[in-house]
Amino acid sequence: MSNAALPAKLQDLIETFEMFPDAADRTNMLLSYADQFREVPPEVAERPFDKRHQVPQCESDAYVWAMKRPDGTLQLHFAVENPSGVSAKALAAILDRTLSGLPAERIARVGPDIVERIFRQNISMGKGMGLMSMVQAVQALAKAATK
Amino acid sequence: MSDDIQSRGYAHPEVLVSTDWVQEHLNDPSVRIVESNEDTLLYASGHVPGAVHVDWTSDLNDQIRRDYITREGFERLMSRIGATRDTTVVFYGDKNNWWACYAFWVFQLFRHTNAQVMDGGRLKWEKEKRPMTRDVPSYPPTRYEAPERIDANHRAFRDEVLAHMQSHGQLVDVRSPEEFSGARMHMPDYPNEGALRGGHIPGARSVPWARAVNPEDGTFKPAGELKKIYCEEKQLAASAPTIAYCRIGERSSHTWFALKYLLGFEHVRNYDGSWTEWGNLVNVPIEK
Repeated sequence: MSNAALPAKLQDLIETFEMFPDAADRTNMLLSYADQFREVPPEVAERPFDKRHQVPQCESDAYVWAMKRPDGTLQLHFAVENPSGVSAKALAAILDRTLSGLPAERIARVGPDIVERIFRQNISMGKGMGLMSMVQAVQALAKAATK
Repeated sequence: MSDDIQSRGYAHPEVLVSTDWVQEHLNDPSVRIVESNEDTLLYASGHVPGAVHVDWTSDLNDQIRRDYITREGFERLMSRIGATRDTTVVFYGDKNNWWACYAFWVFQLFRHTNAQVMDGGRLKWEKEKRPMTRDVPSYPPTRYEAPERIDANHRAFRDEVLAHMQSHGQLVDVRSPEEFSGARMHMPDYPNEGALRGGHIPGARSVPWARAVNPEDGTFKPAGELKKIYCEEKQLAASAPTIAYCRIGERSSHTWFALKYLLGFEHVRNYDGSWTEWGNLVNVPIEK
């Protein structure tokens, strides 16, 4: 996917991350997103969460919801059940902040390659698969919402 | 070490310390506390005061070959964390100390035997609401002269595993039952495990690694319970050479730790090539 295809807010965020090649700087930036993570509100979903919303292959036990607004845009919501899932929380906050409020078709075009561009060396192989899976789950919900 | 750990019947209880002990030694200059996790952001999000971060991918693995750091790399690491050969290194981390045991195992390749694991890891420390900080400490660099890495005692390579299997040696597969049976390779929507074939090494006994811990606080089960699992249910003999494996050798370092130090298995090695090597090797036997 070319850079131009990314929604503007996400593109800006990735460019900001790219300005900081040092892993420690990016760790702090990712952490500040993780701190902003807000769990899915009870009016959307409550425990025990519906397994159909669970992200496969994500060790942090993440869940994702995409609620369609009257204007056709989507509002994303996440839950991360593993208290140590800081990376999953950071990515959830980033996806919510940069994609919520966009039309479903736009969100459906955002692919899992963004994970590598945001996290770079701040992820391990197994963790990377789980995070990419989160993006794929968002994509799948967005695609379903276009139908 | 605490009375509780002492009373659990372990072969080498001195390798475990309690969260109480760690809290009492937070300012002990002869102790270096090391956090190792799967999630590289976790340490930065809060850690035991004074603890340093050792990351398994960037600190312990060779950055080019699929191997561990060399003697020089280990010396640099120890210098960075301000440890000497006399420093007591105490490991802890997420996921029931899975990565802490992995780091402990790599340290044993360099025979830094003055090493311990904090029983219960991050989970227990957090549950007990003990102090956490985001302050990253810095210690004066040390001059650490490490011996050459010796793999033979703790690490098994594929040809050794093949010979071990052919002579019906003890093998422990610590992955999930689905990975052991090979079913995991075929589950829809899951990326494969980085291997072309699913299943397990013939003759291996399946003991998922986390069976060694109490899920509520991440502490190791007492020796009696571990013996029931490994020695009675799975019929493993402490006197027989044993090789543990998983996907890349991380989960199995946890089992290696439990078998070697808690149950006193005499010769146990970790096969770090594990399923990502065996499941890709041409023409080796596989059982499903």
